[in-house]
This record gives sequence, C-alpha cells and structure tokens, in this order.
Amino acid sequence: MEVDSRDDFIIAIRSAFLKKETKQRFSLIVLIFFSLIFLVLGRQNFKPIDYVKISIREIIYRSTFIVSVPENYIKKTYLIIEDHFNLYNEYSKVKSELKKLKAQGTINDFIISENKRLKQVVDDYIVESDEIIAKILIDKKSPFLRSIVVNKGSTEGVKLGMAVLDNNYLIGKVVEVNFSTARVLLLSDLNSKIPITIEPGGIEAILSGTGQYSGIIQYTKEKYIIDKESVVYTSGSGGLFKSGIPIGIIENIDLDIEQKVNFFSDFSQLRFVKIVSYETEVN
Amino acid sequence: MTKTEFSKVKIFSSLLRNVPLLLLLISVLNEFDFNYLEVTYFSFNFPYILIFYWSLKKTESLGYGFIFIAGLINDVVVGFPLGISSLAYLLICGFAAYLRNITLRPNLFKDWMFFLLTILVVNSFTYSLLTLFFLFKINYMSLLINLIFTFLLYFVFAHIFQFYQKKFFEGNNV
Repeated sequence: MEVDSRDDFIIAIRSAFLKKETKQRFSLIVLIFFSLIFLVLGRQNFKPIDYVKISIREIIYRSTFIVSVPENYIKKTYLIIEDHFNLYNEYSKVKSELKKLKAQGTINDFIISENKRLKQVVDDYIVESDEIIAKILIDKKSPFLRSIVVNKGSTEGVKLGMAVLDNNYLIGKVVEVNFSTARVLLLSDLNSKIPITIEPGGIEAILSGTGQYSGIIQYTKEKYIIDKESVVYTSGSGGLFKSGIPIGIIENIDLDIEQKVNFFSDFSQLRFVKIVSYETEVN
Repeated sequence: MTKTEFSKVKIFSSLLRNVPLLLLLISVLNEFDFNYLEVTYFSFNFPYILIFYWSLKKTESLGYGFIFIAGLINDVVVGFPLGISSLAYLLICGFAAYLRNITLRPNLFKDWMFFLLTILVVNSFTYSLLTLFFLFKINYMSLLINLIFTFLLYFVFAHIFQFYQKKFFEGNNV
C-alpha cells in the first residue's frame, strides 16, 4: 500500500515536470534548467551572458516605458490637478522662502569662494565631469530594490559608480550600465550604504536605505547628540563622491531609536536626473 | 455570417482566449505592480495567483515558454538577477501540474491550501537564493505581508477567473 502511494507520487511528479503538456513546446524541467543556467552564469559574470542580459534589458526597458505610458499619463494628470489646487498656498510659501534665500545668497557666495580657495590649499579640490541629463524610463517601486532606470548608457559616457543628482541633491549611484540605459540604485534602497557627515558637529557615519522613502544613520562610533534638523552631506570618504553634496535632514533626535533621515529629494517625483562623476583638479 | 464578420469573431475569441497571457505580460512589464503598491502593509504577488490558477485549470492558456519569458521580463524590470523570477514562476507551474495530476474532484478550498504550500516553498527557495548567493538584503516584514495577502487574495481572484473561464472558455466554447 505504502509502495503504491510512493509510486503514485513519483508518477505525478514525473508527469508534472517531464511531460510536455498539450500545445507546450518545452517541458517544465527544461525551462527550469534554463533559468538555473541563467542564474549561475549571471553570478559568474560570464561575458556572453552579460551581453545577452544587456540586450534583453535594452529591449525590455523600452517596452516597459511604452507599456507604462497610459499609467504615467494618468499619474501626471493627477499631479497637475493637485498642483493647481495647492497653487496659492505654494505661492505664499515660496514667496517667503525666496525672501530669506536672497538674504542668505550673498553670504553663501563669499563662503563658496573661500571654501574653494581653502580646498585648493589642502589639495582636495574636486571638479565635476560634464553633466549627463537623463530621463527616467522606469520607476518600479519594489520593497526589495529601490532603483530607477534612466535613458542614458555607456554610449553617452555613463560609468558604474557615477553619482546621480536631482537638482543639487544626491539621490543614488549608477549600479548597472547598458548600451543606452542604466540602472540607478537609490539611497533609500536597503543595499545602499553611503559615507556621510552630519552638520553641525561634523559627525561621520554611514547612511543606509530602509526600503521606504527615508534613510537611517548607522555605524557612528558612539551615541552623539545630534540636533534635530541637522543636515546630512556626503563625507567624500572612499573617493566616490565629493564631500558636501546635500542629502537630507535628520528627523528624530531620540538616541534610543534609529536616526531617520528625510531626503531632500522626493524620489517618487523624479522625472529627470543629473549623472556626474568627480575627479581631483589637476593644477 | 459573412467572411469578414466570421474573421472578426475569430480575432475577438482568440483575444479572449489570450487574456490570461496578456494580463501576465502587462503585470510584469508595467510600472504599476500590485506586488509593489505604495500602501504600507499591503501588497500581493499577482503573477503568482495568475500563473497558479491558469496552470491548474487551463494549462494551454499561458504556456511554459511565455511564463519563462515573463519571469525574465520581471527580473529585468525589478532589477533581480536574471532567471530568479522565471524559476519561481516555473516552480509554481510544477506544483500546479502536480496538483492537477493527483486531483480527481477539483475543490477550490483544497487548491487554495495547496497554493499556500506552493508560495511558501517557492518564496523560501527563491529568497534563500537571493540572500545566500546574491547577497540581497530582504525586508522580511514586507515579504511576509506580501505572502499573506497573496494567499488571501487567491480566493477572490480564483472566483473572478472561474467566472471568466466559464463565460469565455467553456460557455462560448472558444
């Protein structure tokens, strides 16, 4: 009896995985085998598979962009309507902010030139490469991977590790480059780790993503008292980014819970981004 | 019925027959994804439900080759290593095919329970691969919520698909 039921189980499994169903060209086991080959060779960075991957990505990124046109149109229309409703409040807010910024601007000009001069003295002055303005093709919001796909790739000079900015705010770095597209890992991704400085205080730490729309401060040597609304900048450690690119502000100052960082840039509203790399100025 | 009318009916019926496949391709290609809704504590994996149901009830409506391609598309769009979603989708097909082979009298409740076992095994396998071999960090809370809602909503979608199947696959004998 027991042997019979085991035989039935084996027959059912064999039939499910090995038998080709009606109108099926492949049996399941063949396709599972193909998937595993893709995975293993992809892990080993096998060159031909890399080229296949790049070609598939090129086609799929463009197709996704086209398929998402109606959805994006609806989203855009909703945002336009929302903007119209908020117009007056926004105008009043912007007017008062502009007044403050105008006063601040004159002081800033002096500080920038002084800072430039001092950095040249310590041989740390870093210049930006030419900016590459890229349009966002895909913005799929996954809790496991926060990334966007942009329409510029290796043919336009995009390289792995380049910084990606929204206005002057850092939003991520390039992690995958194809011929005419590239994937940007956002700072909010769980796998993103960026060396930062918290000002005022000059506290060095690592900013890690949360998989949501914020980041958290990690790996400070000890529990420092951080002022609420302290600003988070890149520290420049590791040489990937220059120091002082604004990222966000600290939201909570409770030492017992993780310090949450609200990004300056709204990652859900990205349309165009700036891709730049930084190099030390040669005198 | 004239020749043009006849060909129109034929195109329409073939379109209706391919709705599950179109749904699968659109759900993996489109930016909007039930799997990654911006609602806190709510998301579900629509392709899992779709693939399990149609592989169980009407295997020829999706096709293993197309499911494999849909998996590749999903990996590229989401940014996962190429092949991981294909593997997950095909394993779901395998479980569904096994259930079909051993079932004499189909029962939605049994299918539902077997779907839970399927997604538990498939998710454990694929996310273990992701964390162990590809060193991905996973938000386990999101994953658990996703799994629970995928399981719960199978019951709802199974009824919708059943209605559709009766209406367009069996009723009209398409």
